[in-house]
Amino acid sequence: MDQVKRNAGIIWMLMGPVALYFLITMALAEIERKPVLDTKIQWGVFVGVFTPIAIGLTIFGWYAFKGEYDRLPTRSEEI
Amino acid sequence: MKEPTGTTNLRQVIWASSLGTLIEWYDFYIFGSLATVIASQFFPKTDPTAALLATLATFAAGFIVRPFGALVFGRLGDLIGRKYTFLLTLVIMGGSTFAIGLVPSYTSIGFAAPILVLVLRLLQGLALGGEYGGAATYVAEHAPPGQRGFYTAWIQTTATLGLFVSLGVILITRHSLDSDPMASIAKFNDRGWRVPFLVSILLVIVSVYIRLKMQESPLFAKLKNEGRTSTNPLKESFGHKRNLKMVLLALFGATMGQGVVWYTGQFYAQSFLENACKLDFDQSRTILIWAILFATPFFVVFGAWSDRVGRKWIMLGGMLLAVLTYRPLFGAMERATALPEHWPVAAGSTSQEELQQLPNGDRLRKRTEAFDLANGMHVVGITTDTLFQHQPETPSKSTTSITKSVPTGTYWKLVGIVFILIIYVTMVYGPIAAFLVELFPTKIRYTSMSLPYHIGNGVFGGLTPFIATLLTTMYATDKLVGLWYPIIIAFVCLVIGALYISNRIDPDVND
Repeated sequence: MDQVKRNAGIIWMLMGPVALYFLITMALAEIERKPVLDTKIQWGVFVGVFTPIAIGLTIFGWYAFKGEYDRLPTRSEEI
Repeated sequence: MKEPTGTTNLRQVIWASSLGTLIEWYDFYIFGSLATVIASQFFPKTDPTAALLATLATFAAGFIVRPFGALVFGRLGDLIGRKYTFLLTLVIMGGSTFAIGLVPSYTSIGFAAPILVLVLRLLQGLALGGEYGGAATYVAEHAPPGQRGFYTAWIQTTATLGLFVSLGVILITRHSLDSDPMASIAKFNDRGWRVPFLVSILLVIVSVYIRLKMQESPLFAKLKNEGRTSTNPLKESFGHKRNLKMVLLALFGATMGQGVVWYTGQFYAQSFLENACKLDFDQSRTILIWAILFATPFFVVFGAWSDRVGRKWIMLGGMLLAVLTYRPLFGAMERATALPEHWPVAAGSTSQEELQQLPNGDRLRKRTEAFDLANGMHVVGITTDTLFQHQPETPSKSTTSITKSVPTGTYWKLVGIVFILIIYVTMVYGPIAAFLVELFPTKIRYTSMSLPYHIGNGVFGGLTPFIATLLTTMYATDKLVGLWYPIIIAFVCLVIGALYISNRIDPDVND
């Protein structure tokens, strides 16, 4: 099971940048289709908010890949 | 181990915490529920700057400020204590809500109006970001070890009950301002919308009074007495890998999926009924009210059950059901409200035309036609165009909107479907407070649990109605295309949760 968790970490690591790529591509296409300030703000907020989350997903994947989640802490002293 | 808090005292703790949190949710929702009326008062579409402020008010409060509030108040809660922090958030929320009810309209004070509303809405978002983590932590730190899920589930009911109360207050106010229903709605749209905002101050005063009499959380008080509170909760929560990895796990393995299931069940469902199914204002809201009323006890049922079988599989079970059944359930709602191919009119079709003089001399023509269909559905079609002063024989291009009222049988079928959607909400949301509390140590619990909760709910969840609606405008042929957003997010969260989250119930959060 630990090996599955570690291997799946690669998927989460890749999912962050891939999701961000699709988000930015979609944002640019939508802004080009309807270049008004409202659209720019909406998609700007999407990209701004989801970028750190996508980075977080990549870090999560990295931790999973390195085996950080093989065993979860059971006491606060371990955190 | 701490001494379990007495039952009577525990009831007071739950009552004081839940009432305040319920009021905060009420305050936050009335703005969203009255968005159309507020937009016409403060953010006229004819003025681009005002429309821009409207967009900011919608996006910033829900998606940016809430996580920021989680950080600000979470830090404060871990430094000075739970009690005073969630008292502060309550006062900020209540004061902002009351003030929105007092702001003069755009026509009275111009740009100052939308700017004031935007600032107050940002304060609302900030306060909401700080409230939940405090209330959940406060109750959990009082609860006996084997019943943490049961007791924190009462806090979990407040978000749904807050929506219930806000919809109820709005509907009652909307229909009680005049004996003539149409005149009452007109008065509500003019000034009556302020009542739900102003009412909030009374609720807040009562809640502040009750909360002031409460004691600090015993676990936090103990830490403080021993001088073991965190000196820098933000650094300890997010700067150290050992805790950061748990924050990330909470977000991607639990709150992200929980957020989209919650917002799809309660908000996108209502938006879908109103905008995709074209159900009228009252029916789309009363359907939700009934479904909430029947489903709310299940928050406590699943919270209590999680004390016996663990939190993980109940939450993930809710996500799995959502992933598998969203499209069939929303498809059933669409079919139940679809117009028959040929409109067999039963009786009583009426037609009415109104002309409204515009300031520039043109006239706005509104034609209303109403039909009672053979299947029991009542359909109202409104066609609007402009008759120009100098060319009355060549009117502008007309726009037509329709609204439907469904017969009793269909109405209750829709209540049943929304009830199922909210049952999924109770599965994912009922146990999550206990789950988050058990994941983090006392000294940084408020900060650590608040951020993943508000990113999961504010960002992933809060964006659900918007992204789902956006997808339906981009791919207009499929009315259900918007559901792919919550389905994909819930599925990814389900896989991560199943792989990495532990089903172990922490026997002792006193550390």
